[in-house]
Amino acid sequence: MFTRRALMGAVAALSLLGGGHAAMAQDKMYVALISKGFQHQFWQAVKQGADKAGADLGVDVSFDGPDNETQVDKQMDMLAAALAKKPSAIGLAALDSQALIPQLKQAQAAKIPVIAFDSGVEGDIPVATASTDNLAASALAADKMAEFLGGEGKIAVVGHSQTSTTGIDRRDGFLNEIKEKYPKIEVIATEYGDGDQLKSTEITKAILAANPDIKGIFGTNEGSAIGVLNGVREMGAKIVVIGFDSGRAQKDAIRDGSMAGAITQNPVGIGYETVKAAVAAAKGEAVPKQIDTGFYWYDKSNIDDPKIAAVLYD
Amino acid sequence: MTDIGIERQEARRSGSAQQKLLAFASLIVLVAGFSLASPRFFQIDNILSILQATSVNGVLAVGVTMIIITGGIDLSIGTMMTFTAVMTGVVLTWGGMPLPLGILAAIGTGAACGLISGTLVAKARIPPFIATLGMMLVLKGLSLIVTGTKPIYFNGTEGYTLISQGSVIGRMLPAFPVPNGVLILFAVAGLVAWILGRTVLGRYTFALGSNEEAVRLSGVNTDRWKMAIYALAGGICGIAGLLISSRLNSAQPALGLGYELEAIAAVVIGGTSLSGGRGTILGTLIGALIMSVLTNGLRVLSVAPEWQTVVTGVIIIVAVYADQLRRRGSH
Repeated sequence: MFTRRALMGAVAALSLLGGGHAAMAQDKMYVALISKGFQHQFWQAVKQGADKAGADLGVDVSFDGPDNETQVDKQMDMLAAALAKKPSAIGLAALDSQALIPQLKQAQAAKIPVIAFDSGVEGDIPVATASTDNLAASALAADKMAEFLGGEGKIAVVGHSQTSTTGIDRRDGFLNEIKEKYPKIEVIATEYGDGDQLKSTEITKAILAANPDIKGIFGTNEGSAIGVLNGVREMGAKIVVIGFDSGRAQKDAIRDGSMAGAITQNPVGIGYETVKAAVAAAKGEAVPKQIDTGFYWYDKSNIDDPKIAAVLYD
Repeated sequence: MTDIGIERQEARRSGSAQQKLLAFASLIVLVAGFSLASPRFFQIDNILSILQATSVNGVLAVGVTMIIITGGIDLSIGTMMTFTAVMTGVVLTWGGMPLPLGILAAIGTGAACGLISGTLVAKARIPPFIATLGMMLVLKGLSLIVTGTKPIYFNGTEGYTLISQGSVIGRMLPAFPVPNGVLILFAVAGLVAWILGRTVLGRYTFALGSNEEAVRLSGVNTDRWKMAIYALAGGICGIAGLLISSRLNSAQPALGLGYELEAIAAVVIGGTSLSGGRGTILGTLIGALIMSVLTNGLRVLSVAPEWQTVVTGVIIIVAVYADQLRRRGSH
């Protein structure tokens, strides 16, 4: 009895919440953002930018995303739920564009414009894409790595995903640049830690154990980079670590010299531009197909530069 | 308990001895195989890495072994570990309190969460799978709420990283700096093995898994024992929370999901029956070691990541199948 009553209570409370939101959505323009994650600092920074744009432009913005970057199915459900709320526009960072095609078609049929952000959405349904050029960003990481190594040595990559577009682009942007420009640098391992710090730590330690002569490792997102850093520290190795994104641990490591530097995107800008483009598209205004939100290299020398500090998050 | 019960217990003991032997043999074969395949594998540094990689999963697995022996399951251990780490962060970093209180917070939080799960299972009669699935989600959410989705760092607590990364042994034997995390794992395993083998709580743990109804009918308050076991396992989960947060020097609120399955896999490889009544801590330790030897070895050999996953899955199935064959043979 106790459980049934509790369950009924919960259902009632949920339906109240849902009803409240739907009513709110009718008064104002409403933009639903579905991201690839929610808890990571990076996504929180995107959300911050989106919320700011929402306040500036006077629209309601919701932000949702699955727990980790493998939960394609959860993201499908979130998109379906967002569509059901009949938003003015949708912002989407697809985990897997192919899997989302049915819902994207549904959005198209309902004349709800879709703005892709971060990793983007394949196909011609999105009216615009607000993203970092990940290929170019990680090519810059490769150039910096080569600079630190003096153009030769063995290196490895600890990636965050073997299947998502950002994961693939950051890996390939880095690997291609090394292959084309630095023939004396050899990439001996490319592994994937799902952006999980502990997994990435163990991977790094295994790579270091297998290759004591390794000179540098590139971690392709925040969790990977911190994992690499932990692994290197625990093994007492002295190698060049290059990271991606920010977060407090990474910033501290760059300040104390244990990390050579990192590439940062502009997550706040990604969120802001996505909502701005979504509102414009919903009003029927023209939006540029590709909105480059930018990226920067930062290290000890420029980490406190106001332009850099503004896009870093803790 | 009757004579039949004692006989059964004897049979169980010899059976699990065989299983331990089997699991131990698999571990030796794996280590030997990887050592032959790569000269980098059997190096002191790498062996220490493997041991350290076992510490978090090992502690979780030891804790959940007790619950699995009662015929239950605890799916919440991964996110519970995270929640205990978060509460430690709240006490140490936000509260600025001394380290012993932080340790107490982790173990106390774990024990409290375990007690809730145990109460749901024993008193509210919710199947353990469902009760702990619910707890898994509740605790995951609570970690995010408490932290505001941001990690809590332990920079203000001096020596926090030493809990898992320091080495007491290394001070005496510089050539063999076994990380403290590994010692903690062995200490926890020893404690639980003692509880299971030598105490009343241990005897009831096995008895609940073999035939709960018989135990109840013989006048034992099974609910109370069950709650105690879940609470104890929760406290052990808190130790895992200390280990992981000490290793990462932070409480990462998004971490934890998926760790429960790795721990349960280690328990099962170690020969503990998911239907309860049978299992050993030594087996679980060996199971956890097999898991980390496997992942480390495949990485050292540079096996493609997608194949690493396939091989790990196959090994789990083979280990459990071998156990089934042996048991069928003994009947």
